[in-house]
Amino acid sequence: MSSIRMTLAGVSSIAGVKSNDTMSSWLKRSARALGLPLLGLLVFLLIWQAGAKQIHTSLGEFPGPSQVYQQTLSLIADHNAERARETDFYERQEQRNAERIAKDPSYEPKIREYTGKPTFFDQIGTSLVTVLAGFFIAGLIAIPLGICIGLNGALYSALNPIIQLFKPVSPLAWLPLVTMVVSAVYVTPDPLFAKSFLTSLFTVSLCCLWPTLINTAVGVSAVSPDLQNVSKVLRLSWGTHVVKIVLPSSVPMIFTGLRLSLGIAWMVLIAAEMLAQNPGLGKFVWDEFQNGSSDSLGRIMVAVLVIGLIGFLLDRIMLLLQRAFSWDKNAITR
Amino acid sequence: MSLSKHLELTGVSIEFPTPKGPFKALDNVNLKIEKGEFVSLIGHSGCGKSTVLNIVAGLHKATTGGVVLEGKEVDEPGPERAVVFQNHSLLPWLSAYENVELAVKQVFKGQKSKAEMKAWIEHNLELVHMTHAMHKRPDEISGGMKQRVGIARALAMEPQVLLMDEPFGALDALTRAHLQDSLMEIQKDLNNTVIMITHDVDEAVLLSDRIVMMTNGPAATVGEILKVELPRPRDRIALADDPQYNHYRHQVLSFLYEKQRKVEDIGQHRSVKKSEEEAVELPKKRAHG
Repeated sequence: MSSIRMTLAGVSSIAGVKSNDTMSSWLKRSARALGLPLLGLLVFLLIWQAGAKQIHTSLGEFPGPSQVYQQTLSLIADHNAERARETDFYERQEQRNAERIAKDPSYEPKIREYTGKPTFFDQIGTSLVTVLAGFFIAGLIAIPLGICIGLNGALYSALNPIIQLFKPVSPLAWLPLVTMVVSAVYVTPDPLFAKSFLTSLFTVSLCCLWPTLINTAVGVSAVSPDLQNVSKVLRLSWGTHVVKIVLPSSVPMIFTGLRLSLGIAWMVLIAAEMLAQNPGLGKFVWDEFQNGSSDSLGRIMVAVLVIGLIGFLLDRIMLLLQRAFSWDKNAITR
Repeated sequence: MSLSKHLELTGVSIEFPTPKGPFKALDNVNLKIEKGEFVSLIGHSGCGKSTVLNIVAGLHKATTGGVVLEGKEVDEPGPERAVVFQNHSLLPWLSAYENVELAVKQVFKGQKSKAEMKAWIEHNLELVHMTHAMHKRPDEISGGMKQRVGIARALAMEPQVLLMDEPFGALDALTRAHLQDSLMEIQKDLNNTVIMITHDVDEAVLLSDRIVMMTNGPAATVGEILKVELPRPRDRIALADDPQYNHYRHQVLSFLYEKQRKVEDIGQHRSVKKSEEEAVELPKKRAHG
């Protein structure tokens, strides 16, 4: 009996130690997970604030964290003001139309679009639409093409030099060519898309399709010999072999390629928008630079941070998609 | 024709092209196997055991000679010669059930209805005691379980010959013993013809009707064939003290370590010898435990 009690006491004391232990290790882990990044951010802000004061430009002091905060608020205020103006505009229009119909029942009211300038947040929207469209087109070309050259060694050898040649080309080099081609080819009296949008879009596609293309080709051609033997023993037909063995086994590589591509697409987009004057974040930065007011550098800095944040979020979303759709759950999280 | 065996390897030789000229891996391998027989291939690493198996599987082509199964020459891989691969080779994106399903759908297309296929898949997973985890993916189950699924997949093809390439080589001793018992059970029920490659002397004696001992490469061939006439069902614990069982073990060991001792330079020879001794020690302990 006494020995049982002792064991029980022993068990409970072990359990107590254990729960204490997990508590402190939990604290340690959360301190590591939250504390260290926060500390890093704080140190960065301090260095930024101190460093910014030392840099004097023709547009005034380099923006520190406080100016950036102010400009963020001002951009939000601008956005809200613009939206209010837009609502006012439509209200007035409706009112005027109603009055004219009251006077003259045969009058057919005209609805005019509000043509105010896009706000910072509209520009974020434009950039996102452009980058996703460009990325989508790149994927639409790169994945099927990658599968083809991955399956066919001869085709791979034939296309490899071309891929290697175009892969390192900067978006800025493509842009003038793309601009001219779009202007020459896309001639319609009633354009569905702005030319600047198409130019940015195709430049993004051209620059970001390579990682997906290469990774897909490598993933497809590097199916493990063991799985190929399984396929041979089962006498799978070529089509079944591709669908059941080759494609699933290359899914992780395709996702890796897509993640790299999306990162590149977002980076390329800003440059493309600057030059193509697509009304997105790139144009925002360019316009503020040309504007040259005392707020400009602060606003550009806001854009820089927003670009970074969106890039980071896009990457996380891709990672989540990869986790959801790829069988290989050990995807790289860096 | 009626006198010919179930599976026959006749004068099988194979040469692989290398930059230094052709390398003769196998030379004049002759082997006749009867239906329902369990044959082990044993030999030092690099002696071409796997090559023999791959030739029977159709994954390699013999340079001269050939393989005849049920009167038909083997010239390509096929499900009637199902292979259990050393590293299980399950498709990592499919569950255990789906892995077996892929094989069943391919082999019994148009012969079995959907319901029959489902029952057949489940039956085979039950044979290897995997029903509890049949909807788990390979990365969610242990190495031994993966190998079980690999065996179920091969059995589900209803092969004329089951080819096993060191099926338990990558498993720990306890799991291996467990799977060997399972395999003997299945073999008793289904009476498959099995060719199994192994490094493990105990495994060979415990499971086989005949042990084919191969000489060292290059140009390896069949050295001796040992008929194991222990009554079935065989019990590993009872056999551990059985003089006849130990006699068979002794014969295999003496072939491997006296007649076919690997001749290498002295430095390598020592380390090889050491690991050989360990390899001999380990199974002994397992047999007694």
